[in-house]
Amino acid sequence: MHNKQLVKQRKVFFALLLILLPLLVLGISVFIGRYPKPLFMPISVLFNDELGRNLVLNLRIPRLITSALLGMSLATAGGVMQMLFRNPLVEPGFLGVTQGAGFGAALSILFLSTSPLVVELSATAFAVIGLLFSYFIARRVRFGGWVLRLVLSGIAVSALFSAGLGILKYMADPTSQLPEIVFWLLGGLWSVTWNDLLYILPVVVIGLVIIFLMRWRLNLLSLSDETAFSLGVSVGRERALLLAASVAVTAVVVSVAGIVGWIGLIIPHIARRIAGANAASFIPVSMSLGAVFGIVSDDLARTLMMGEIPLGIITSLIGAAVFIIMMTSRRMRISR
Amino acid sequence: MTSAILQVNAITFTYNTTNQAALNKVTFEICPGSVTAILGPNGAGKTTLLHLLLGLHPPTSGSILLNEKPLKQYTRHELSQRIGLVPQTEYVPFAYNVLEYVILGRAPYLGPLDMPGDEDLRIAHDAIREVGISHLESRVIPELSGGELQLVLLARALCQQPAVLLLDEPTSHLDLANRNHTLRILDRLRRNGTTIIFSTHDPEAAALIADHLVLMRAGEVLDSGDLDQVFTSEILSRVYGTTVEVVPINGLRVVKSMGRLEA
Repeated sequence: MHNKQLVKQRKVFFALLLILLPLLVLGISVFIGRYPKPLFMPISVLFNDELGRNLVLNLRIPRLITSALLGMSLATAGGVMQMLFRNPLVEPGFLGVTQGAGFGAALSILFLSTSPLVVELSATAFAVIGLLFSYFIARRVRFGGWVLRLVLSGIAVSALFSAGLGILKYMADPTSQLPEIVFWLLGGLWSVTWNDLLYILPVVVIGLVIIFLMRWRLNLLSLSDETAFSLGVSVGRERALLLAASVAVTAVVVSVAGIVGWIGLIIPHIARRIAGANAASFIPVSMSLGAVFGIVSDDLARTLMMGEIPLGIITSLIGAAVFIIMMTSRRMRISR
Repeated sequence: MTSAILQVNAITFTYNTTNQAALNKVTFEICPGSVTAILGPNGAGKTTLLHLLLGLHPPTSGSILLNEKPLKQYTRHELSQRIGLVPQTEYVPFAYNVLEYVILGRAPYLGPLDMPGDEDLRIAHDAIREVGISHLESRVIPELSGGELQLVLLARALCQQPAVLLLDEPTSHLDLANRNHTLRILDRLRRNGTTIIFSTHDPEAAALIADHLVLMRAGEVLDSGDLDQVFTSEILSRVYGTTVEVVPINGLRVVKSMGRLEA
């Protein structure tokens, strides 16, 4: 009995830590930036400097929250998809979502408008089209199980969109449109305002809440079809729901931030190292670490150099390095 | 005679991808608390039959009754509380520990947003003890041997507390000691009232424990009945399509293949 109480206390402490850690990082990051001078902003700026206060309230805070949501969404969606596809090397955007969003953004920049909202809407629309396209092709593939068919059609659809994107880049005006497209593809949050945050917030909140509530159930969906069925799981319906939630959060986040890679791959792995393979425990850890990773990466993107470093470059750099360490060190197994 | 817990009436089943029937007019009955072995060579349709008994696919024609009610009239939840499955093997891509994995067997009793509670945890511990692997409880699945994994799969199915337990080739990956260990557990479950149906291509495993045999070949039931009636050299030779002989040794039935390689 005493032991049980101790376990419960440890759980509460751990849960508090997972909630407080991102908040702490967020709070500190409010004071990190390049105004008034690089790196650290004294608290007094908030009270004495109107420009500084406006900058923090209208630009830095929405951007920080967005970066937290970005990391959280990609990490969680990655963890979910790895389980749904029973493959620890899956990334959240692989079902045509990322390449679709890139294509949609470029299309908008070329033919519609470069205004952020139009680009975001177009990117979201094509991310969803990419997913639906993958899904319907998968349904028509005549061999293999559900997972294999989706993976194959995801690869094919991504290739189609990246070819289309190539054509758009080739057609783009090299002085004005091309840099815009390339910059979008590299990923970044420099243009984020409260409006962008409000655009992604409802989808992200609903998607993440669904995933959080069904996190134990996720384990059942990582079993083979017949075993999951024997345990009373409505495999098709529950998979579709969790897949829709993951793709939705990925699509809106990507539409605002551009292509930000690796978060969805490595954070779930690190979370499993910490909390074990049980989704009931590693999904919350993924959410928390993802938020921290998102904020810190964006901190680096905004402060390291005079101009911005695209966020996608930072996350790829850190992500790939961590991945190499994980693959080569004996104590860190991929399967975990 | 007590009424049958499972009745299989002339079921035929064809997979979408082929035109050939995987099962053809299969008929038999299962008594509650009995052990039935579905015996036959590879490709006889044993796994397909188990999947149909589980309710995974509906039969193309014919019907399956569980407690005199057609399977399709049960909801998926109700079915999963009554029928458990131990698959032939299970690829587990993530490093669950044994307890985390076994407790997944409580899913039939939990709602979509529930998590297992203290009572579920107790049942999982009991299931793990029942198959004799308490010492493995905190080990992770990918580090287990084939025999240990088989016992973990069995424990997960026991956690489900099913009235009918289906096992697909439960002994085919096991060495002799592990095979007998598994069969002893099944025997104990039978005495506690669980109805057991398992498929096997190994006639000796069937003879060690089964009350009834369903003998299959190429999607059809060649014969079925009590062990003593159908476990004969003549019938087994027909099932396997090669000459075999049943030899009694020390009260056990040993099956010898008499066919020569040059045929």
